[in-house]
Amino acid sequence: MSDPILSAAGISKFFGGLTAVDNVDFEIYPGEVVALLGDNGAGKSTLIKCIAGVYRPEQGRVFFKGEDITHHTPADVRNRGIETIYQDLALAENLDVGANVFLGKEKTRRLFGLIPVTDDMLMREEAAGVLDELDIHIPSLKQKLVNMSGGQRQAVAIARAMYWNAQLVIMDEPTAALGVPEQRKVLALIRQLRENDIPVILISHTMHDVMAVADRMVVMRRGRIVANIPRAEATEELIVRHIVGSAENGENAVMA
Amino acid sequence: MTSLGKPAESSRQSLIDSRFIEFLTKSWSYLFLLGLVVFFSLSGQGFFSVRNFASILTTSTLIMLMSIGQTYVVITAGIDLSIGWTVGLSSVTTARVMRDLAASGNDVAFAMLAGVFAGLLVALIPGLVNGLLVARIKVPPFIATLGMFGIVRGAAFLLTDGQQVVRGLSAELRESLRAIGNGSLLYYIPDQGFTWFALPPDLPPQQLRLVSQLLPYPVIITALVVVVFAFILARTKFGRHTYVIGGSEEAARRSGINVDRHLILIYVICGFTAGVAGVLHLFRFTAGAPQAGEAALLSSVAAVVIGGTNLFGGEGDIMGAVVGSLIIAVLQTGLVILNIESIWQFIVVGVVIIIAVLVNQLQSALERFGSNV
Repeated sequence: MSDPILSAAGISKFFGGLTAVDNVDFEIYPGEVVALLGDNGAGKSTLIKCIAGVYRPEQGRVFFKGEDITHHTPADVRNRGIETIYQDLALAENLDVGANVFLGKEKTRRLFGLIPVTDDMLMREEAAGVLDELDIHIPSLKQKLVNMSGGQRQAVAIARAMYWNAQLVIMDEPTAALGVPEQRKVLALIRQLRENDIPVILISHTMHDVMAVADRMVVMRRGRIVANIPRAEATEELIVRHIVGSAENGENAVMA
Repeated sequence: MTSLGKPAESSRQSLIDSRFIEFLTKSWSYLFLLGLVVFFSLSGQGFFSVRNFASILTTSTLIMLMSIGQTYVVITAGIDLSIGWTVGLSSVTTARVMRDLAASGNDVAFAMLAGVFAGLLVALIPGLVNGLLVARIKVPPFIATLGMFGIVRGAAFLLTDGQQVVRGLSAELRESLRAIGNGSLLYYIPDQGFTWFALPPDLPPQQLRLVSQLLPYPVIITALVVVVFAFILARTKFGRHTYVIGGSEEAARRSGINVDRHLILIYVICGFTAGVAGVLHLFRFTAGAPQAGEAALLSSVAAVVIGGTNLFGGEGDIMGAVVGSLIIAVLQTGLVILNIESIWQFIVVGVVIIIAVLVNQLQSALERFGSNV
């Protein structure tokens, strides 16, 4: 197998006396969809934020395409090609699609060849282009996001990640707030990313989603990785047993 | 092509509705201003005249300048309660620097220039401190700027040794201040036509009363500030980031916008436009007064709200604040001309603010309803 596109080695993150992530090793390869599973507080989100540069891990290193990105800022991590779509989507709902695809990286043109102003027309066109590529239809790109459905907003967040040539996409609960048709659409988008050889780390509680798209399941419990299961060997029951802790240690599960 | 969400037909329908609603809720303040002007013109003697309109514009500059910076702050879901006293601090500082420099034998023009510079500079300090408190220490804007309200108020009065005005401005200095503060780029003298920069010195008093100021300097200066800051907010990356922060501070942070730096700059801008207001106040009234902007603070917030800027952030523009300021100035002048006790002005402005907030809420409610159809 080729080299992993991202590898995190020995990551630990503490909040006061609490160990949120405890000496975790994690790898993902090109074109792979890895599901990150675990109960609330298992450390999934913290691990993701350590990768995305939001948190600084106390121990361990994160390598992306061979480069050490451990203590990069979120903006630096994004510039390297890691796009994170958080559960709350991190969109500005008071603005339109173009503004959101280009959030923080607005395109400008020079007015009278002098004063840089935001090029809203160009941003809207580019946004329309990437939405087309992803086969997403949004009635009016001038509409504010606050007037759009959950699925449309999710699509805008994914389109934003795609526009910036993401080389690794991290999604935190992408289907949690969606209706069934929209969930299907998001899963189709994830498959499309894989076909384009773009790896995806998918945090999800929805076992159905995970079984539908993931190539590999990584289960976290109490800050540690307790299972790493290829799709072929995975069953819902096995995964659930790892999540609740009854797979490796029955008494723990009861006491917890 | 797969369509997300509702079918195309109904979404087109609700789009038209929401545009219509947006038009109504956005332009009601313009219509209201127009209605007020028509009403006072029909009912108040002497309201409908170039002279009076120039006077209304001049009156509105104080509130307008304050409301420009306030708009930026309110779009980020903040509020700046301190700028009323920043106006006073700036006015007093400018007056003292001018007085002392002129008294120690400096050229009056130099003294005035240095005074203006000092007045604008000192106004940035409360803005900077507000920004640091809000952005870095996460003090709620209401509290941070309320604290600054007291501090700046005290500082302004310390600079006048507790007096209501800065004393000891020379007659020559006051005359020079008046030339700009009460001057106009262009005058119209009945039967004589237009004249630039200054009136002929031999103009008889009975004609002097009929002169119209077509382009008063305070109005020109305010218009410049309006254009610059409206442009920055509407067209530049800085302006866009202001809206992003107002929409979601978290989204702004994660998209790599330096939110802390941006917020600090915004409170500094708010201090700056208050500083311009303070300097202009001194030029107009030729007296450095600590309480110059005291009453205008709430009016500036009112102007911002009447102009459609959302107090919860993310929405609003400078033109709204301009229209809001004009509404308040027209009410002030119109009620005086109708010989209605000026106390009523507070009540009327209060009612208008409440209407503005209701319209704003109606807009959100209808938008939500529209998107759920």
